[in-house]
Amino acid sequence: MLDRCGGLDFELIALQYAIDALSVGGLYALAALGIGLIFGIMRLVNFAHGDFLMMGCYAMFLLAAAIWPLTILGGVLIAILVALITERVAFRPLRSADPTILLAASFAVSFFLQNFVLMIMGGRALGVDIVPALNQHIAWESLSISVLNLFTIALSIILMGGLSLFLTRTRIGIHMRAASEDVRMARMLGVRVNLVVAAAFAISGLLAGAAAIVILGKTGLVLPTMGLRLTLVAFVAVIIGGMGSLTGAVIGGYAVGVLEVVLGGLLPLAILPYREALIFTVVLLFLLFRPGGIVRVAALKERV
Amino acid sequence: MIDRHADIVAKFWPVLSLILGLAVIVALAQLGPVSIERMVIKALIMMIVVIGLYTFIGNSGLLSFGHSTFMVISAYMSAWLTMPVMRKKIMLPDIWSGFGQMEMHVLPGALLAGLLSALVALIVGIPLMRLSGIVAAIGTFAVFTIVTVVYNQWDSYTKGASTLIGLPTYVDLWTAFGFVAGALVIAHLYDRSKFGLSLRAARDDLVAAKAAGVNFVLQRLIAFVISAFITGIGGVLYVHFTATITQANLLYLNLTFITIVMLLVGGMRSLSGAVAGVIAISVVSEGLRAVEKPVGVSGLGELGLAVFMLVILAIRPGGISGGKDIPLPACLRRKI
Repeated sequence: MLDRCGGLDFELIALQYAIDALSVGGLYALAALGIGLIFGIMRLVNFAHGDFLMMGCYAMFLLAAAIWPLTILGGVLIAILVALITERVAFRPLRSADPTILLAASFAVSFFLQNFVLMIMGGRALGVDIVPALNQHIAWESLSISVLNLFTIALSIILMGGLSLFLTRTRIGIHMRAASEDVRMARMLGVRVNLVVAAAFAISGLLAGAAAIVILGKTGLVLPTMGLRLTLVAFVAVIIGGMGSLTGAVIGGYAVGVLEVVLGGLLPLAILPYREALIFTVVLLFLLFRPGGIVRVAALKERV
Repeated sequence: MIDRHADIVAKFWPVLSLILGLAVIVALAQLGPVSIERMVIKALIMMIVVIGLYTFIGNSGLLSFGHSTFMVISAYMSAWLTMPVMRKKIMLPDIWSGFGQMEMHVLPGALLAGLLSALVALIVGIPLMRLSGIVAAIGTFAVFTIVTVVYNQWDSYTKGASTLIGLPTYVDLWTAFGFVAGALVIAHLYDRSKFGLSLRAARDDLVAAKAAGVNFVLQRLIAFVISAFITGIGGVLYVHFTATITQANLLYLNLTFITIVMLLVGGMRSLSGAVAGVIAISVVSEGLRAVEKPVGVSGLGELGLAVFMLVILAIRPGGISGGKDIPLPACLRRKI
């Protein structure tokens, strides 16, 4: 890897990788939070999360002609709206169902959303450049730092901070945490579960919308299946972090991001195509030695 | 004497009834146009995969997102064993000469390919089967990713990202039916064995089963291995039906999702559920496709299928079968 970077100082290279890792990790953490939040409250592993993102991306694609704040806002709003509709139509009737059934329902939702977009927009990848400013690079010392990476880092930190404030300082946020500890008990104590679940889906949609900006900035392409990889990676991040813990989801997201960037940098070119396999080997070993994840949650232990 | 026969029929009724029902469908399909025939063959192949999934998921209560691994592994193995030598020279010139000069009959080829999957399942299952719930599912998914990435890069054996063509085609209606019947019998024998019983006990109450001396890791492993064998053979038929293997990660990932949904819609707690799920989803999806043509909007069928899945999951959480087998007809019941 070092010879690929020529004669740069070690510190500068390290900084470059740190920025990359923080930005990729931030993106994964956002997605993992969206999945982790819903799982915590209703034990649903939401495979349709990436499709909220995909819908947001297509909305931005359609709104690309507008000024960019409007494009972004529209995309995020659509992602939130899709999340809310999905909750109301597909998941609410299944609220008391077994987690396996909920999971299968989320496959069906994902299948529906992807085919919906496929029907209207077709299956070809479409190119779009939503915010040209994001594609620029800042030259600093001998490094060129992508604006998008800095934007991603800032966005993820702001959203995580905001979510943490929301969960600790607002009434509905506190109710949400109560519901994820013990839904039945929370309901008896007067928590309106429907409202709390809907709010969780709205936040999940918001997080997906934010991730949509980043993904679209990065690839510049929309595709009906574009959400799948992020869903899977986020899912892995949630498990590594510890199911049911939001702190765990964030740590897991960054862990996978760092792993990806480090492997991408250190691996010789001949092995680079195997990066995905190596990531999952590490994940697998981790699961085998610490199946409870980094942050273990007491509420998930089965009581006897 | 007659009573003893009736007894055997009663014992095997859950699987016998399914085989008889399927035989009727297959016989009818033979009378129909080629398009129906192909649709039924496709459904039968999916059924083998879903029966494989059922053997593990239904009995253990664990999910697996990695069963497509076994489809991939067995599919390539069968290709290496059974492709005509001349064609292998052109398609896979750098393959190990043992494979290169071999042209095995397709049936032992399929069985050996299934056994390879069973072996892989045994190796990865030993550590994986200790995991619980969703963690086990993601563990199997990790295995899937590792295997597909490696196969994708393994050009001299798999042609990498491009398509391997020229596999012998032998999967017609009755062949597919024969394999389904075989899979049903294996799955049923396992269900009725003490292994199946122990595993279901561990599924329903892990603590009690452990207290009764059930080694749940071992029991899960047995189911996983049998399930990998059946699923692997499903993968073999899948590629010999089209004569091609595409190394597309996304294709197999989608197969994973659709087969899991088929099992859950049908009912994951009984063999009849596995069969019912495949039939229901195939009929609804093909039916909607037929309706969508005159309407002129392509894609409506898929949307309808998704809605159908959601509705079934909502109104029948136990699936279409509700975990029950087809009941024994009254005339037979009286004899026992």
